[in-house]
Amino acid sequence: MTPIQLVFLFVAFATLWAAFMVVTRNNLVHAALFLVIALFGVAVLFVMLEAGFLAVIQVLVYIGAIAILMIFAVMLTRGDVDDIPDITNRYAGWVGLVAVLFFSSLVILMAQWPSFTALAKPILSSRDTIVELGTALVSPNGYVIPFEVASVMLLAALIGALVVARPRKGK
Amino acid sequence: MQIETALLIEWVVKSTILIFALLTGFAYTTFYERRLLALIQVRIGPNRTGPFGFLQPAADGLKLIFKEELIPANAYKFVFILAPILTVIPALIIMAVVPWGGAIELFGRQIALGLTDINVAILYLLSVASISVYGIVLAGWSSDNKYAMMGGLRSSAQMLSYELSLGLAFVVPILLAGSMSLNQIIEAQRGVWFIFYQPIAALVFYIAMLAEVNRAPFDMPEAEQELTAGYHTEYSGMKFSLFFMGEYMKMIAVSAIFATLFLGGYRGPFVDTYPLLGPLYLFLKVFLSLGLMIWIRATLPRLRYDRLMAFGWKILLPLSILNVFVTAVIIVVFGL
Amino acid sequence: MIPLSWYLILAAGLFCIGFYGVLARRNAIAILMSIELMLNAVNINLVAFWRFLAPESISGQAFAVIVFAVAAAEVAVGLALVISIYRSRKTVIAEEINLMKW
Repeated sequence: MTPIQLVFLFVAFATLWAAFMVVTRNNLVHAALFLVIALFGVAVLFVMLEAGFLAVIQVLVYIGAIAILMIFAVMLTRGDVDDIPDITNRYAGWVGLVAVLFFSSLVILMAQWPSFTALAKPILSSRDTIVELGTALVSPNGYVIPFEVASVMLLAALIGALVVARPRKGK
Repeated sequence: MQIETALLIEWVVKSTILIFALLTGFAYTTFYERRLLALIQVRIGPNRTGPFGFLQPAADGLKLIFKEELIPANAYKFVFILAPILTVIPALIIMAVVPWGGAIELFGRQIALGLTDINVAILYLLSVASISVYGIVLAGWSSDNKYAMMGGLRSSAQMLSYELSLGLAFVVPILLAGSMSLNQIIEAQRGVWFIFYQPIAALVFYIAMLAEVNRAPFDMPEAEQELTAGYHTEYSGMKFSLFFMGEYMKMIAVSAIFATLFLGGYRGPFVDTYPLLGPLYLFLKVFLSLGLMIWIRATLPRLRYDRLMAFGWKILLPLSILNVFVTAVIIVVFGL
Repeated sequence: MIPLSWYLILAAGLFCIGFYGVLARRNAIAILMSIELMLNAVNINLVAFWRFLAPESISGQAFAVIVFAVAAAEVAVGLALVISIYRSRKTVIAEEINLMKW
């Protein structure tokens, strides 16, 4: 057990525990706070995978914007949120069973795969992955079309959210 | 991955220095603010404790420590205690990537003045700035007080809105320097400071950062006249002072970031021959920027809330988008 | 050294927890949160595959960036819908939003 493995295990269990709390807490503000812990754990995993840029973006986009929007929405729809008697619907037991089966079959399937236990090769320190990522996202040989589609989708989502959430006039 | 002991000691020492600098800076910023405000309003300000009132911050601190701490009966206790901590931590860690000077030779080791130099420093700044809203929202929510709730909601809406302009203002120095590392941005300002190339970006950044740290004229979250004290209405004693601390340390931090991005950071005359001048120049720039913030507070009235949002979305954001666009086009066309 | 399998198992676990949340929770905002968990699990996988199997190209990170954009758009529209429904029907329980069902 090397220290880095211990760190991984700690982060992994913290992430999974927080994720579990997200789906089981009744109080949604708590669930949102646990979501923040889980998202932060994922950011730490990105750092361990040497994707520092994604880690920072994870904090910026997920924790700084998405989770705060969640908390915002919870506060705005407070009315009956705090005390719903049963937080899960009547299929919860079956769904839990399916989730566990799905997880175990995924693990069994993946274990058949030869690269399952692959180890990481060191990345050359002379590489600047941020520059590579930036060029890949806008180069015609790279991902410029998905990138542009994503930008259009974000714009559409922005306008759509505005239209949907806006109070109708004369109502 | 083997970290040498010397490096570890160096980091610990530098972090300690940084934290102490921020804490003293916080104490003396309050003093500076009170004296400068008094000067502008033709008053005298605190001048009795120690020479010129220099011990006033210590007296204030003692007073706050001995005050009784109240937790409202219906407050959500855990979050209520967590919120002030969540406000202070981002303010403390945001300075980690800001360099204070060049490298100096000490005990036969080359020591860079500055905690760390990461290649995504600017994104780090933005992400830490974006998590600092949590403390305020949670304080407002957990206090079980409608004024606190209003203050928390207002501040989160305000910070999220102005963060966009702040982010776009960050883009301009990145474009000019071609790097997200703060050291390289400072190097790129060796000749001319970016504020002279990009006065609009600097202005947008300054306005957005005032909104980000909830300073006048954007201090809606704590508008005394309408919200009693906003999100920290229910806080007292040390928990209140943590909010206070967070706010002033954030003022120092954003001033240092402004100085780094637009005023050449630690650069100044003779800094290459005497690297120890670096922290001094940075301090001077931060001092001036803080003075400007206090001056603005003394001069401008608070904006109305809807006008503040309208200003952020309808003027500041389009202006900064246009600015980024024009800058990028100029850089591409003229190949700077 | 950490083998790829650890990351994959973690991501599978996260995905299944999110899956449970999406199908079992009644509150629409909780469902959105669970979707975020699932997207994060996918992102861990993408970045882990990039790091372990194809570090010479940058595709894994590029995909992850696109997933970020999708997540942001999804949450903006999703929350706008939830708030809009709450305004007109005073509920955020997914089963009670049954105007189109009979």
